[in-house]
Amino acid sequence: MTTLTLSQAKPVDRPSVKAKYDHFIGGKWVAPSSGEYFDNISPIDGKPFTKAARGNKEDVDKAIDAAHEAFKTWSKTSAAERSRVLNKIADIMEENLEMLARLETVDNGKALRETRAADLPLCIDHFRYFAGVIRADESTISEHDENTVSIALHEPLGVVAQIIPWNFPLLMATWKIAPALAAGCCTVVKPAEQTPTSIMVLMELIADVVPPGVLNVVTGFGVEAGKPLASSNRVSKVSFTGETTTGRLIMQYASENLIPVTMELGGKSPNIFMKSVADADDEFFDKAVEGAVMFALNQGEVCTCPSRILVHEDIYDVFMKRVIERTKAIKMGHPLAEDTMMGAQASNDQYEKILSYLDIGKQEGAVTLCGGESAGLNSGLETGYYIKPTIFKGHNKMRVFQEEIFGPVACVTTFKTTEEAIAIANDTMYGLGAGLWSRDAHELYQVPRAIQAGRVWVNCYHTYPAHAPFGGYKKSGFGRENHLMMLDHYRQTKNMLISYDKNKQGFF
Amino acid sequence: MITDEAKEVIDTLRERFGSDLMFHQSGGCCDGSSPMCFEKGEFKVGSQDIWLGEVYGCDFFMSADQFEYWKHTQLTLDITPGRGSSFSIEIPMGIRFMIRSKLFTSEDLENLSPVTTGEEKLSEG
Repeated sequence: MTTLTLSQAKPVDRPSVKAKYDHFIGGKWVAPSSGEYFDNISPIDGKPFTKAARGNKEDVDKAIDAAHEAFKTWSKTSAAERSRVLNKIADIMEENLEMLARLETVDNGKALRETRAADLPLCIDHFRYFAGVIRADESTISEHDENTVSIALHEPLGVVAQIIPWNFPLLMATWKIAPALAAGCCTVVKPAEQTPTSIMVLMELIADVVPPGVLNVVTGFGVEAGKPLASSNRVSKVSFTGETTTGRLIMQYASENLIPVTMELGGKSPNIFMKSVADADDEFFDKAVEGAVMFALNQGEVCTCPSRILVHEDIYDVFMKRVIERTKAIKMGHPLAEDTMMGAQASNDQYEKILSYLDIGKQEGAVTLCGGESAGLNSGLETGYYIKPTIFKGHNKMRVFQEEIFGPVACVTTFKTTEEAIAIANDTMYGLGAGLWSRDAHELYQVPRAIQAGRVWVNCYHTYPAHAPFGGYKKSGFGRENHLMMLDHYRQTKNMLISYDKNKQGFF
Repeated sequence: MITDEAKEVIDTLRERFGSDLMFHQSGGCCDGSSPMCFEKGEFKVGSQDIWLGEVYGCDFFMSADQFEYWKHTQLTLDITPGRGSSFSIEIPMGIRFMIRSKLFTSEDLENLSPVTTGEEKLSEG
């Protein structure tokens, strides 16, 4: 039984919210056609704190109508004006950062420390990034010969559907909304069922700066609201972040309509610690220890959670001793307490799922190095969803090494050679993130080069700056976010092929 | 294998949707690592999926590469209160299907019935 380190600070106050929120369609608040709402439960204490509109096909169709109407003007709006709108959104978020950070904590359960330091600042910067990028955007022109000119012009796709996950509600929405609007598209966003509120409060703040219908948000359940949105023949593209089965289903619907999709479906990211990491007990070694403990960031509810720790066997003892110590020192407590490092899992079913994985890990013979159970907090948090950060020792064929647990659980195993490390790292269906830690100049390039993942962090982890493309290989999906290349996912190319020759070709 | 609570939910859903149901085990982030429930035929399965068998009259599928890691465990379909995302049809009820797993013993492993691919299952009709 490991003891738990508890946070000490008194929790700050929750921001006030309305009793219920409607859909945000055409710049207005529109009640759900069904007249129904569903509870939004805060993972802090497992109790409802507001209600969200229970959207359905009618609501989705209204939103698509509004988006089409807005597209007529938005698609012709100048880059400077679109940029101004995105910058305004960033400014408003910055002015309201503290309130939005607290609300995100209440909606998702993550620690206030993280929403203040990561979620909100990243959102703000993301809007500013795309506001900047779009001002420098150009299409191309080529003179094929003295009479023939070819223009490859980028045009926005039109109205797009965006389905958002719950692990970083505002940030995941931002990653989708910012490039879509920058590219000139209008969007209908469906937030996740677990976290339908923070985005609505954001809409309240920005309703006056975004032209009506450019950005629409419909809340509801996947099968009732998400399905009509993803299968609509009036959207030009679907973008989705979530899990594999829903990803396949969305691709299926998109295939019926012959529209493009991009998706990000998770991972089982390896974090590799080469022998040279332990060459000195200096600040870099300490950084590597933190790198390993990063599995606990956001309660492990990150698609790129470094959930597999691969350590060179020669340094296992000295490295893991410090990693386990650091993990046990993670402060858990009320997510709104300023020193809480790890908060609650996002919902009861996530909590149960993680516990079932802790169980199967033990059944499979994994050794519990720390944690391994629910956190059992009190002082009003008894009914919240708290689990102790856990490290299992085992091998890469165990289910806990292969499946995305999506909780604060890391599995550690050792390797003898670089080839073995790479083989274990790549022995997974997924390929989203990976980490490589080394002091060796050759390893720093050649190992990441051999890992089949879309994002390899080298001597760092869990940083998501704008202008670093992010996306998956293999079953982790396709498409790249956070970079101007994302704009191409929201545009199509019109080629204007112009002849200045007055004479006919000679065929007829 | 299935719990009684999960059976009740399947009965309710069958009635509400007026059709048979199917399950596909999902992987990946957020709501992954959990079974998704759909109306029968809604989700297209094929040669890359494995049919594990029937649970309470519903076909249960999993992708073949995922099955490689699961085949040594026995799965029980259960239900828990929660707020899931995805298009699984029990979600509006405020509950969520989940899997509880048990390792097969070596005797169990000898007595397992064979599985087929999704494609073969579909062509059986």
